[in-house]
Amino acid sequence: MSRPRKRIILGHYVAGVNHSTVWSHPDAGSQIDFASFRHAAQAAERGKFDFFFLAEGLILRERLGQIFDQDVVGRPDTLPVLASIAAVTEHLGLVGTLNATFNEPYELARQLASLDHLSGGRAGWNVVTSFDPFTGQNFRRGGFLHRDDRYVRAEEFVALARALWDSWPADALAVDTEQGRFLRDAGAGAFRHLGRQFDVAGHFTVPRSPQGRPVVLQAGVSPQGRDFAAATADAIFSPFHELGPAQEYYRDIQARVVRAGRPAGSVKLLPGGAFILGDSAADAEERAREVARTQVSGRTAQILLEAVWNRDLSGYDPDGPLPDVDPDVTGPPVIQGRARNPQDPFETVREWRALAAEHRYSLRELAIRVFAHTEFVGTPTQVADRLDHFVQNDGSDGFILGSHLTPGGIDEFVDKVVPLLQERGSLRAEYTGTTLRDNLGIPLPADLHDGHAHDGHAHDGIAAEPAR
Amino acid sequence: MMSETDPLHLAVALDGAGWHPAAWREPSARPRELFSPGYWLDLVTEAERGLLDFVTFEDALALQSSRLDGTPDDRVDQVRGRLDAVLIAARVAPLTSRVGLVPTTSALSTEPFHVSKAIATLDFTSGGRAGWRVQVGRAGETTHLGRRPPGPPLRADNLASPEVQAYITESFDETADHVEVVRRLWDSWEDDAEIRDVATGRFVDRDRLHYIDFEGRWFSVRGPSITPRPPQGQPVVTALAHATIPYRLAARAADIVYVTPHDADQARAIVSEVRDEQDRAGRAGETLHVFADLLVVLDDDANAARQRLRRLDDLLDAPLRSDAAIIAGSPAELADLLLDWQAAGITGYRLRPAVLPDDLEAITRGLAPELTRRGRFRAAYDTTTLRGHLGLPRPASRYATRRDATTSRIEAAAR
Ligand SMILES: Cc1cc2nc3c(=O)[nH]c(=O)nc-3n(C[C@H](O)[C@H](O)[C@H](O)COP(=O)(O)O)c2cc1C
Repeated sequence: MSRPRKRIILGHYVAGVNHSTVWSHPDAGSQIDFASFRHAAQAAERGKFDFFFLAEGLILRERLGQIFDQDVVGRPDTLPVLASIAAVTEHLGLVGTLNATFNEPYELARQLASLDHLSGGRAGWNVVTSFDPFTGQNFRRGGFLHRDDRYVRAEEFVALARALWDSWPADALAVDTEQGRFLRDAGAGAFRHLGRQFDVAGHFTVPRSPQGRPVVLQAGVSPQGRDFAAATADAIFSPFHELGPAQEYYRDIQARVVRAGRPAGSVKLLPGGAFILGDSAADAEERAREVARTQVSGRTAQILLEAVWNRDLSGYDPDGPLPDVDPDVTGPPVIQGRARNPQDPFETVREWRALAAEHRYSLRELAIRVFAHTEFVGTPTQVADRLDHFVQNDGSDGFILGSHLTPGGIDEFVDKVVPLLQERGSLRAEYTGTTLRDNLGIPLPADLHDGHAHDGHAHDGIAAEPAR
Repeated sequence: MMSETDPLHLAVALDGAGWHPAAWREPSARPRELFSPGYWLDLVTEAERGLLDFVTFEDALALQSSRLDGTPDDRVDQVRGRLDAVLIAARVAPLTSRVGLVPTTSALSTEPFHVSKAIATLDFTSGGRAGWRVQVGRAGETTHLGRRPPGPPLRADNLASPEVQAYITESFDETADHVEVVRRLWDSWEDDAEIRDVATGRFVDRDRLHYIDFEGRWFSVRGPSITPRPPQGQPVVTALAHATIPYRLAARAADIVYVTPHDADQARAIVSEVRDEQDRAGRAGETLHVFADLLVVLDDDANAARQRLRRLDDLLDAPLRSDAAIIAGSPAELADLLLDWQAAGITGYRLRPAVLPDDLEAITRGLAPELTRRGRFRAAYDTTTLRGHLGLPRPASRYATRRDATTSRIEAAAR
């Protein structure tokens, strides 16, 4: 390759509430105490990671009307814990997954702008669109959003949030104590938005934040999700880990980015991923097998498959063959509260049956293969090679890495893999900027630099009328 | 009931550059740093140095306004703009260790589910020091959120009209529902719900997680929370109240009510009304603190304090007005007043410093030590949680009671 080496973007996430977190291990710490978050974030900062990342789920998962009890349950509220982490870190970006369906733009934009001020410019927002009526039971509005409207709302939501972030000119604060002028102009923060989803007007309360606009990530893989990301996001939390499909996805997104009128490369692609290290390749493989068996017990295997079959599979022997029945697509959902598999269940079952036949997998072994696959297993050198190879060949621009162990799982990666990546120039040796945008190399849109591009009334690409 | 020699509780209300509209122009003010974390950390650290029970953080989903109805006043001569109070509190939490942190949220404009987990999380990141000041909301918020019609216009001359009174009653009823949901969600996980039972492969005991199944006139919320029960069980709930309807809300739902008497007689009358409402709400046996709010300008030399207030007032078109009594004087004078009103039934004070940091430092370095010398304020923190500072016991989850009876029988049998 003749082009310059890409610098790998790294995020660290503390896995929340799914089977991938091994809670029974003697080294597994609390999933809720702040000490765990402090530890994980400080380790990531020691490893010169770009950001810390938290997922979100606004309702406890259920199976046949009963709350999941086999996985970790319980997580902190995303924004306050990120604000607390800001107090114990200096450079690390702070990215929260926050739902566009069960929040309101004014409130969320204000919280993100506040986090940006309180962290000196390190705030990021992973926009997700879960919209189901099940989650809606915890909120005023209920499950009011049609599936087709989830990105319509999300798009207008993000555009409105950005208009609010822009609503204070960069020089809005006069702070002239002599003349007694605090604001340069009484119009600071004025906005008016009339769209299909939101009809709001008034004054935003947060002055222009250090990043101008907090960084926006997106997670979602449907064509609508891809277009949304291409048009609006700074980065994508993607689910593609194998180089071939990942490269295809990369090309697809960059093509959509260009079609959306943005320069190629302006959206960073960041798959989630996990790692397991060993002293030798065989040692790492052995550890990975053990971890996978702990992650997916027989019962967990049944539950993971139930999400696709939509049937009670507790009667099927985990060590026996896959269920011989077809998925039930008409019955009420067996599993509630987790993001839906976007694929047709019949198609998924066909693929799994073929995979099981080829490898003579039992039900549990299939579930391990599909749901407990650790992407990066090997010696530190092997893992560094694979991460680097993946990024240098445009499988992605980096990774959002998690560990099966909370909170100390990341330490090993920081101590053993990070130095190798730094040696070959694929990872920063020191932070060079102060904001998340600096870390990621994402400049502010040019029209915002002067601080006057928006008069507080203009919006990007959505119906808006002048303030009254 | 408090006795006259009980120690006083002291809190400070933080807002912008202080509570005097001209505070930001003082030489000691840091008006360019109002949106920086260091400013807030310095203030809260100072409060902790003064051994205060807690600090509150003002907030609203609308710009500050000098108008009664909260609509924008287009002023450029006063501080405008605010950061989210919950996040300011969370930002200072890991860097402080004793002082309580009490952010404000607006009930009508927010989701009780979000608020509940936000305050619970603050309780986790502060190690049991979270409180919450619930306010109904500001009129200016409705057009920002766009999900409910604005209420009737509020003017001094129509406050007593049936239409406005009905609106106020409804708003407070909805706020009471909001608080109820927030509190139920805090209880929705029993303390010992997380069992990590390797033998049975269960991380939680789902019998110790509870649907709250709240069905109200304005919203219904199913629960349980996604956040486990916070360290204090129930973070401290506080509310500011100026009249019967809000006294009733506070008496039903709060641990602390902030009231605004202007002399000892008014204090006595308000306390008696609040206590009546407390009895009526069936909470006679529980601790409900009645804190008086006071806007303070302090100087060791009482005359200097009064002069400073005059000088600040000269920068305004009209002298400072406030819902709370304005006290300009020396810490010793203020201490006399606090003890006097305590005798009228007030159990603590939320002081609003006119100027930050000047009047905060006068509280922490002047007033608090003065009260300590008189044996009426702590000489050191002797507890680590906000409930602890306030003498509030840690309550069991409301959903735990039934099973607890069984468990204790089992424990007794095992002994
Ligand atoms: C990698 C990835 C991570 C996600 N993380 C979350 C999450 O933390 N919380 C959430 O509510 N939804 C999450 N989602 C769900 C998406 O927000 C979205 O609702 C879902 O993917 C459906 O959108 P789509 O049809 O565009 O894929 C995630 C999706 C992907 C692909």
